[in-house]
Amino acid sequence: MQALYAQLLVGLINGSFYALLSLGLAVIFGMLNIINFAHGALYMMGAFCAYFLLNIFGLNYWYALIIAPIVVGIFGMVLERTLLKQLAGLDHLYGLLLTFGIALIIQGVFQNYFGSSGLPYAIPPQLQGGMNLGFMFLPVYRGWVVVFSLVVCIATWYLIERTRLGAYLRAATENPNLVRAFGINVPRMITLTYGLGIGLAALAGVLSAPINQVRPLMGADLIIVVFAVVVIGGMGSIMGSIITGFALGVIEGLTKYFYPEASNTVVFVLMVLVLLVKPTGLTGRAT
Amino acid sequence: MNKKISALMLGTALALAVGTGAFAGDKVVKIGVLNDMSGLYADLAGPGSVIAAHMAIEDSGLTKKGWTIDVVSADHQNKPDVGVNIARQWIDVDKVDVLADVPTSSVALAVSNLVKEKNSIMLNSGAGSSDLTNKSCTPNTIHWTYDTYTLAHGTGTALTKSGGNTWFFLTADYAFGAALERDTTAAVEAAGGKVVGAVKHPLNTADFSSFLLQAQASKAKVIGLANAGGDTVNAIKQAAEFGITTGGQKLASLLMFISDVHALGLQTAKGLNLTETFYWDLNDGTRAWSKRFQDRMKNHAMPTMVQAGVYSSLLHYFKALDQLGENPHDGAKMVAKMKTMPTDDPIFGKGSIEPNGRVIHPAYLFEVKSPAESKGPWDYYKLVATIPANEAFTPLDKSTCPLLKK
Repeated sequence: MQALYAQLLVGLINGSFYALLSLGLAVIFGMLNIINFAHGALYMMGAFCAYFLLNIFGLNYWYALIIAPIVVGIFGMVLERTLLKQLAGLDHLYGLLLTFGIALIIQGVFQNYFGSSGLPYAIPPQLQGGMNLGFMFLPVYRGWVVVFSLVVCIATWYLIERTRLGAYLRAATENPNLVRAFGINVPRMITLTYGLGIGLAALAGVLSAPINQVRPLMGADLIIVVFAVVVIGGMGSIMGSIITGFALGVIEGLTKYFYPEASNTVVFVLMVLVLLVKPTGLTGRAT
Repeated sequence: MNKKISALMLGTALALAVGTGAFAGDKVVKIGVLNDMSGLYADLAGPGSVIAAHMAIEDSGLTKKGWTIDVVSADHQNKPDVGVNIARQWIDVDKVDVLADVPTSSVALAVSNLVKEKNSIMLNSGAGSSDLTNKSCTPNTIHWTYDTYTLAHGTGTALTKSGGNTWFFLTADYAFGAALERDTTAAVEAAGGKVVGAVKHPLNTADFSSFLLQAQASKAKVIGLANAGGDTVNAIKQAAEFGITTGGQKLASLLMFISDVHALGLQTAKGLNLTETFYWDLNDGTRAWSKRFQDRMKNHAMPTMVQAGVYSSLLHYFKALDQLGENPHDGAKMVAKMKTMPTDDPIFGKGSIEPNGRVIHPAYLFEVKSPAESKGPWDYYKLVATIPANEAFTPLDKSTCPLLKK
């Protein structure tokens, strides 16, 4: 039984990453209608950014938490302005192919210079060590990841669903021409939203750097699962993707306990089941 | 998935582009380096193995004697079906004479069958499963660098004898992991230890925390990592995080390459025991060769034992070709010829090839240095013990290779 609690907690930790990444994807899809396949690559860039900040500029983890999302977010906005914008109004497939291509290029460039094993990034000294919870040894850093990502997820949800800025955004997706008539710069809002989504991915990258190796393919391995999370949660649903992210982390953790061999596939089995029963995803609205 | 298709198509296209006809008894040779070019084993094999192949061609001196030697390479993505498809294409259409490297035991075992069927040659360096020269041995395969028996009898025996008498395995869920767990279990039990449990994890796992918790709960003194490459790196890194080593349990990185140590950093890897058959800083021969290799690597990495094995195996193959004076394009004949010649090169030293295709040479038990002990980049290992060639590999009388029953 103790082991079960431990697996639940571990699942929650992984769920944090799923939630942060799928949240970014949901924001981008919900607001821009782009299926952003480059998300994993940008997550990886966030982790590399943290590595460079530490090893070249001597700026530690805490700076990286702020600087990396901004730097990678700006990179994302440049992508949006120069490339993605050209595809506005076209079928989803074009955006998907373009972002997929971008992801391959970014990963290829990093792999060329850094190989595939990756680079070490230490846990910040303030968050080292762990505590004994009785049923498991919880590394402080993992606890921090859960709390921090929960806060970020809720803040993002609040920003989009409960603030005036979020209302503009949602209105702009619904009817861009009308919103523009009110004097709001819609293209700029779209660019900023894309930047926000990418910034979330980069933030997840920084968070994961001390846990996983900083490696060029870290995003590629994760992105497929995250897409499954988004599909299960319902494309474009902010709260749906947060909840599904955490929930799937937990389900995956349980699978690792009861039948570890299936832990890589359980998410996709669920995805198939959900799509069969409710094609719009658990919280998705029919369009 | 699309990426994989395009990679396959590119590989096929490249292979086609250099296809030429070959006739029995000419001086034309084609080498195919088949390995993981982009995934978790790409740093321990990958493009570095292709560089090693080119170095072997240069050092053989055969081109000066009028031989034409080409190298093709492809990414098998650690998938047996992909590997076999590429190998079939290479052998049938492109007239590739030798498949070199072929890490990932599941792929190696599948390719080995094909190579036998087509009477081609596999000089395996990267794969670990000792089955390649036991129950799955063929007259067309030579297994060069190391195998799971070596690892089990190096690290496994050493740790058990130094007091780690209860073991729990984290095993990669494919042919290699299973073979390594089996061979290490045998070695641990032979040394008086006991295996208390094991958990199988999927190949290429990013998060080991669930598995590590199970290992922790087992209270075993040693947690044996029957995995490789990126999986080993992640497991070790996260074990440190979960306080496994500070809690008194010891990690046994049964298969670990210098590229993994480099990726982990000495701070995390220090004190780990590992078994290898090659290290760049062993002697003047290995140092000279490794420096040349390093200069050619884009990221200036030192060679792993797998890459060194690709060089060494091809060099031996070229020596055999040189003696024959022409390429017979007959796999079994070439392999038989190679087995009659003792192996000798500057990096693995003297050795021999047994009738089951197993190359035997000494193996080394190393300990990873602490950051304070390391004098510079890539100065990672100190030698703990040398395992003589006849102890490092399955003794011939215990080999289950059907070829030996004649």
